Amino acid sequence: MVKKDLVLVGHGMVGQRFLEEFLAQRDASRDWRVTVLAEEPRPAYDRVRLTSWFSGTSAQELSLCADSFVDEHGIDLRLGDPAVAVDRERRTVTTRSGRVVGYDALVLATGSYPFVPPVPGRDAHGCHVYRTLEDLAAIKEAAATARVGTVVGGGLLGLEAAGALRAMGLETHVVEFAPRLMALQVDDGGGAALRRRIEELGVVVHTGAGTQSIGTGWDGRVRTMSLSDGAELAVDLVVFSAGVRPRDQLARECGLVVGERGGITVDERCRTSDPHILAIGECAQAADGRVYGLVGPGYAMAEAAALQLTGGSGEFTGGDTSTKLKLLGVDVASFGDAHSTTPGALDVVYTDTRAGVYKKLVIGEDGALLGGVLVGDAEAYSVLRPLAVSRRPLPAPPEQLLLPASAAGSGAVGGSALPDEALVCSCHNVSKAALRAAVSEHGCTSVREVKACTKAGTGCGSCVKLLGGIVEDELAAAGVESARGLCEHFTHTRAELYEIVRVKGITSFSRLVDEHGSGEGCDICKPVVASILASLGNGYVLDGEQAALQDTNDHHLANLQRNGSYSVVPRIPGGEITPDGLITIGEIARDFGLYTKITGGQRIDMFGARVDQLPRIWQRLVDAGFESGHAYGKALRTVKSCVGQAWCRYGVQDSVALAIELELRYRGLRSPHKLKAAVSGCARECAEAQSKDFGVIATAEGWNLYVGGNGGMTPRHADLLATDLDRETLIRTIDRFLMFYIRTADRLERTAPWIERLEGGLDHLREVVLDDSLGICADLEELMARHVETYQDEWAATLANPERLRRFVSFVNAPGTPDPTVRFVPERDQMRPARPEEDAEHRVPALIAGPELEVHTR
Amino acid sequence: MTVDTQVPAATAVVEIAHDERWTAVCRYGELVPGRGVTALVGGEQVAVFRDRAGALYAVANTDPFSHASVISRGIVGSRGDTPVVVSPMYKQAFDLRTGKCLDEPTAPDGSAARLSVWPVRVTA
Repeated sequence: MVKKDLVLVGHGMVGQRFLEEFLAQRDASRDWRVTVLAEEPRPAYDRVRLTSWFSGTSAQELSLCADSFVDEHGIDLRLGDPAVAVDRERRTVTTRSGRVVGYDALVLATGSYPFVPPVPGRDAHGCHVYRTLEDLAAIKEAAATARVGTVVGGGLLGLEAAGALRAMGLETHVVEFAPRLMALQVDDGGGAALRRRIEELGVVVHTGAGTQSIGTGWDGRVRTMSLSDGAELAVDLVVFSAGVRPRDQLARECGLVVGERGGITVDERCRTSDPHILAIGECAQAADGRVYGLVGPGYAMAEAAALQLTGGSGEFTGGDTSTKLKLLGVDVASFGDAHSTTPGALDVVYTDTRAGVYKKLVIGEDGALLGGVLVGDAEAYSVLRPLAVSRRPLPAPPEQLLLPASAAGSGAVGGSALPDEALVCSCHNVSKAALRAAVSEHGCTSVREVKACTKAGTGCGSCVKLLGGIVEDELAAAGVESARGLCEHFTHTRAELYEIVRVKGITSFSRLVDEHGSGEGCDICKPVVASILASLGNGYVLDGEQAALQDTNDHHLANLQRNGSYSVVPRIPGGEITPDGLITIGEIARDFGLYTKITGGQRIDMFGARVDQLPRIWQRLVDAGFESGHAYGKALRTVKSCVGQAWCRYGVQDSVALAIELELRYRGLRSPHKLKAAVSGCARECAEAQSKDFGVIATAEGWNLYVGGNGGMTPRHADLLATDLDRETLIRTIDRFLMFYIRTADRLERTAPWIERLEGGLDHLREVVLDDSLGICADLEELMARHVETYQDEWAATLANPERLRRFVSFVNAPGTPDPTVRFVPERDQMRPARPEEDAEHRVPALIAGPELEVHTR
Repeated sequence: MTVDTQVPAATAVVEIAHDERWTAVCRYGELVPGRGVTALVGGEQVAVFRDRAGALYAVANTDPFSHASVISRGIVGSRGDTPVVVSPMYKQAFDLRTGKCLDEPTAPDGSAARLSVWPVRVTA
């Protein structure tokens, strides 16, 4: 059969969602050939998280469309070639490059464009908009030489932009025409609370002020800005973020009906006035007459359009414009009838000016919750929004819902208060009933499974906490064991087990599981207990029964890779290494034919060692003075450093010396998860200490200590724990911090989520480790002293004992035979693991006899 | 498959059945409770385990999910009453008695997620 042609104009978030929904329909791929015309040079990306690009999220990470998605569905994706005209009679689209594409169905998802107020000077060099990754790149470049930046527009994006400028070190102003910030979402009270919090961050806010003109210098660059309230600002960078307008020009030009205030008019099935053309997202005026600038309603329209084209039925009659976000560290949420426009509606307001918290609930005549505004503490949003949307009576008196969680006590509301029809995940349109059904009907037994089954919580993630509560309630109701304990063998948490082991002086897993647990243990509890035993100073981690508890990485003191080979990382404290050291590592890697790569922690990783080669590799490393880098352990990894005062023109302290001292002090320290650290020699922060579990930044007076930073999947900036510490106080504080963390954290809980979870948060942590409020600091310090005293290099200890070396054989009955399934093929002058389908002829010889043997990789 | 034993001597010989005969692979004392070793039997890699109580198990060493020969390096434990080994690669659990995967029915390539099992015994 001849395939029909579908052309999608615009590849933004909504366009991509449309493709996903459309191609998930039965027979869509069989019946349709899909062409996508995109203006931007890259496939769809997450515009909601656009600002995170400034803090290091890459374009790749923001991408919403994998290459494999395009390939798998045979989509003809034309990047950088937008549609410029539609011929409705011939049913063709012409692109900017002059290509003409025919269609049977055309879907317009052209989004919106930033509104730039018509002020003189708005085109000057130094004026920017905030919409695409290219815009952000231009702003970043301009910011490098700018001193003062002004953001026009105090809405969501404007405040995000202001935060970004502030983070790049600019003096920052926000100019908002309305009398308050985020005028659309919050009321005057909320706007005032938000303003206070934002001004505390050093951003100057001008509300009720319009931009009158932008003045330029002789070179055409922005110099000044005049506001309607008479203020004159000296600026050299302007970001316009004063709202968006639907991009409906293409539709206007081909004669489609558009709304009075813009937006392509569509019905509830997203059909335009031409039956062959649909429009979705921000470019469309929905059936309720509104143009939605949020991704949630856009996604709902994408789904409706996908169903419309494939013969299903889906409708979009209006969306929920509730929002919750974190702006410059301040929680802001608004939902339902936030402005009390319903006749007879009454407000209940809670304000704590000192803490910068403002909360308002809008209650209807019948007592039902209609909407609300939350600023400074939006914890209750996930419960309140579904309540407002479903118009159910409140589960508790409104004042109780507004009080801080601690004061509300048992009155705090969880998912149990929600009616079944309440929408829990608005990104994926999942109700509470659907979540419950995932457990009761589809047999899901964990939060993870429910998320996979329903997609709930996989969008913006704001509902994850609520979702977790609902799923746990449902699991409990279904009789599925609640998962507070570590695993089926222990009903205790890791912190509780730590206390049991410490107080009772238990030194073996057998005793612990026999006395306090059940069964034989598993891959969850065994490594946890091994780690606890190690943290409490029970010696070499691989002797006796402790050996059986370790993950394969700890058991072989190396990191398992995908083909069963291991990688080897010697410690390079502070990233400082001599030329001889480098040569030694190079020689060893060359002699054993290992793949080498520089790690993010300033050391060298050598890949491709077979298990039987590990002792020989390490013998040479140990002979040359290297020791284990613990890359395989839940332990201290590295203390990264910048080059510091000794060399750097800007350094104010010797960051390398301190990094080495800290790395040698805490090397081998077993903890609930890996520990990373860094030391920067000045405030320029080249060592990126604020993204580490503990980071130290030099000041003229001493050292600032940051804790709880994290890179990875959920990046978090570290919190400043203490300032201007001298060396001794710094080390003592880190000792206490680390031991307190090891004592109380959950399994695989990095310091970042641990601090977030800690009752009382950072203040409590300060009280414990600086003021000794729990009276445990002497204990913590003693534990650390014991660790430092008893540290031994695990590899040297292993090599010294033939009994310990027995585990490093390929086959127990053929120790001389290397594992033939560990195979490699050449790539870029080195080697990599062979994939299963790669035939054996191109193998690199994996058997390397000795140091003199030359290895050819091609 | 499993053979119950009355704590054999460390020097006792562990044997695996292959091609209708028993092949000696190691001494009982070479097996650490809760850990495994790999043996080559008839050209195939067999992971041999000893649990805390002393029982022995022998299953295929190749992990169906990663195709890597790593099962012997997994952690031994229990799930309910089922003795299991957990693959160190992607952490699926396998029943040591039957080789059956308890987490997923099929491997990514569509084959059944199951390890072959060998009879194993100890002789003095």
